[in-house]
Amino acid sequence: MLSVTAMFFVGGIFAFLMRLELLTPEGDLFTSDTYNKLFTLHGIVMIFFFLIPSIPATLGNFILPIMLGAKDLAFPKINLLSWYLYMIGATFGIYVIVTGGVDTGWTFYTPFSTQYSNTHVFATTLGAFIVGFSSILTGLNFIVTTHRMRAPGLTWFRLPLFVWAIYATSMVMLLATPVLAITLVLLMIERVLHVGIFDPSLGGDPLLYQHLFWFYSHPAVYIMILPGMAVVSEVVAAFTRKKIFGYKFVAFSSLAIAFLGFLVWAHHMFVAGISVYAAMVFSFLTMLVAVPSAIKVFNWTATMYKASVSWQTPMLYVLGFIGLFTIGGVTGLFLGALGIDVHVTDSYFVVAHFHYIMVGGAVMAYLAGIHYWWPKITGRMYPEWWGRLAALLVFVGFNLTFFPQFIVGYVGMPRRYHAYAPEFQVLNVLSTAGATILAVGYVLPMIYLIWSLGWGRKAGPNPWGAVGLEWATSSPPPKDNFLETPVVKWEAYDYPAFLKAMGETQHV
Amino acid sequence: MSDVALHTEEHHPFLQHHFEDLGQQHEASTLGMWMFLATEILFFGGIFCAYTIYRIMYYEAFRAGAHHQNWKIGTANTAVLIGSSLTMALAVWAAQMSRRNLTVVMLILTLILGGVFIGVKAYEYSQHIHEGLFPGRLFTYVDEEHPELTKGVEMFMTFYFGMTGLHALHMVIGAGLLIWMIFRARRGDFGPEYYSPVEIMGLYWHFVDIVWIFLFPLLYLLH
Repeated sequence: MLSVTAMFFVGGIFAFLMRLELLTPEGDLFTSDTYNKLFTLHGIVMIFFFLIPSIPATLGNFILPIMLGAKDLAFPKINLLSWYLYMIGATFGIYVIVTGGVDTGWTFYTPFSTQYSNTHVFATTLGAFIVGFSSILTGLNFIVTTHRMRAPGLTWFRLPLFVWAIYATSMVMLLATPVLAITLVLLMIERVLHVGIFDPSLGGDPLLYQHLFWFYSHPAVYIMILPGMAVVSEVVAAFTRKKIFGYKFVAFSSLAIAFLGFLVWAHHMFVAGISVYAAMVFSFLTMLVAVPSAIKVFNWTATMYKASVSWQTPMLYVLGFIGLFTIGGVTGLFLGALGIDVHVTDSYFVVAHFHYIMVGGAVMAYLAGIHYWWPKITGRMYPEWWGRLAALLVFVGFNLTFFPQFIVGYVGMPRRYHAYAPEFQVLNVLSTAGATILAVGYVLPMIYLIWSLGWGRKAGPNPWGAVGLEWATSSPPPKDNFLETPVVKWEAYDYPAFLKAMGETQHV
Repeated sequence: MSDVALHTEEHHPFLQHHFEDLGQQHEASTLGMWMFLATEILFFGGIFCAYTIYRIMYYEAFRAGAHHQNWKIGTANTAVLIGSSLTMALAVWAAQMSRRNLTVVMLILTLILGGVFIGVKAYEYSQHIHEGLFPGRLFTYVDEEHPELTKGVEMFMTFYFGMTGLHALHMVIGAGLLIWMIFRARRGDFGPEYYSPVEIMGLYWHFVDIVWIFLFPLLYLLH
């Protein structure tokens, strides 16, 4: 968890430097080359080294076996190996940052990346390749654990929705990541040997690279967002003290998202020269992904309907998630529609859209999860007042940063330039101001969470009064998670029965 | 589930503490290997997909490229590899039957056959490099009858080296695992209750063979 968070701050610094540059229309802080490196490193660090491993590798590794009533993941040594692989990959990343960076964009598009760029493309792709294996092994471990290590009585439909979503994520990790791996291998072969696998001037096909790349990288979006949804389902149930509305729908929508995620990759390539008919099919398939996503949002809202919601920090983050994810999702539909996409391709509209999903969605959920399970992991409570303040700052700062980008993108500001036309300045200043607030909102939890390790109030086994196996063991859990293997005799999120048994109707 | 039962049950030396019993451990490791092989299929799938695209794009050149492969050597090597799969399967059976010496012999045979395959492959590589067929700067070959095909032949050779190279890398890793298995089998680790390592080693080895079964016609038999 520490390694992933450190990477988040590295990536964050790059983002902040970029916003600083974009404060004024002229390129006065960095040259365009430096700016190219900044957005490339921001993308690579945030995606490969933060978002993809964030929730699965930190919360998943800890919570998943407990939720299943297992002593550990099926392959603890492979788990350790995937941590080492992550660290080796990250070392390559750091090496690239220190020795001068890379400027291809996080997508490594050919032929620029293979023939023309004279930055550290090889080391970066090798780093991404190694980290890819780390996530494959994590996914493998989760799937086997879910299949084979469930506690007696814990049937599939009694599993917490966290497990369903992480299971779907693992499937995507397992089946998509190897395609990226082979793509990067081909890229490295081309770069080292100077042959033309993807270079048109040497007889290759650059579109093939894009197809192969997005065949991984679109599903990778779901690797990032599905674990977020996993956290949201848990937190919504815990703080509304109700059963999740439409349990089976939410469970299967995770699998549906994972499946459909494999069929939409070419919507990143509408203007790259694919045929009109292919584009139409992919546009339609893209619309389909909205269905399971909307099912989740509606079911969460339905769960909150007429519930006594308690407004603790994790719940605040989750409400932020639902709102921002909805905006991000709906603008995703705009982009999935062919006509609009052609208009806004490579503009700030796209940038705002995926930040609403990635930051507004995945990072918010990550923070919600960290706060929700913090007492379980450390045995200490974080300071609630500070938690709420940080959640508020993140929400306000985030919207101030990225909402103006929708507008500025729609009226035509292209992404990936360090200078822009003067009429866009007002909105860019707003955006940079928002980034400052956002930065404060991210640093605060860092400080008070570390503080709480030493001075936080001691948390009992179940500080939220939530159901679920993880709350039935001590905080932090013993070495084998449970003193004896639990037997599950109840349905998931059975709050009515739980509250009756506890003899309480209101929670603190 | 009572305490008495837990205490009286004899603890198998290879049962890891987080599993309930050996059956669960065996199922978990087998499923894990199948999942891993699924990722391998996707991994090779990517390069097969790229191969297919260029096969269609450079149809004639790929045929010309395949003429540089010696199908007789290729066929012999395929036979060697299938033989090694047979000995591997026999090793799994022998481990299950607690026939320690037979297990060791079969594993060593598998290792030898795998080594022969790699050796032959290395000989073929040296021939190609000698003819100037290694893609990139070392590529000096020009197709005399149809000079316009030269670029496509280089593409074919790129895929040839890429695909067989990845396959050979898997073989080398497999050989390393085999050596470890031979050591464990000699020590007498395996029996009817515990033979998962040999079995998943077998799954891996068969998978690498199957990849070759696909590679062989795609690269050698385009006539």
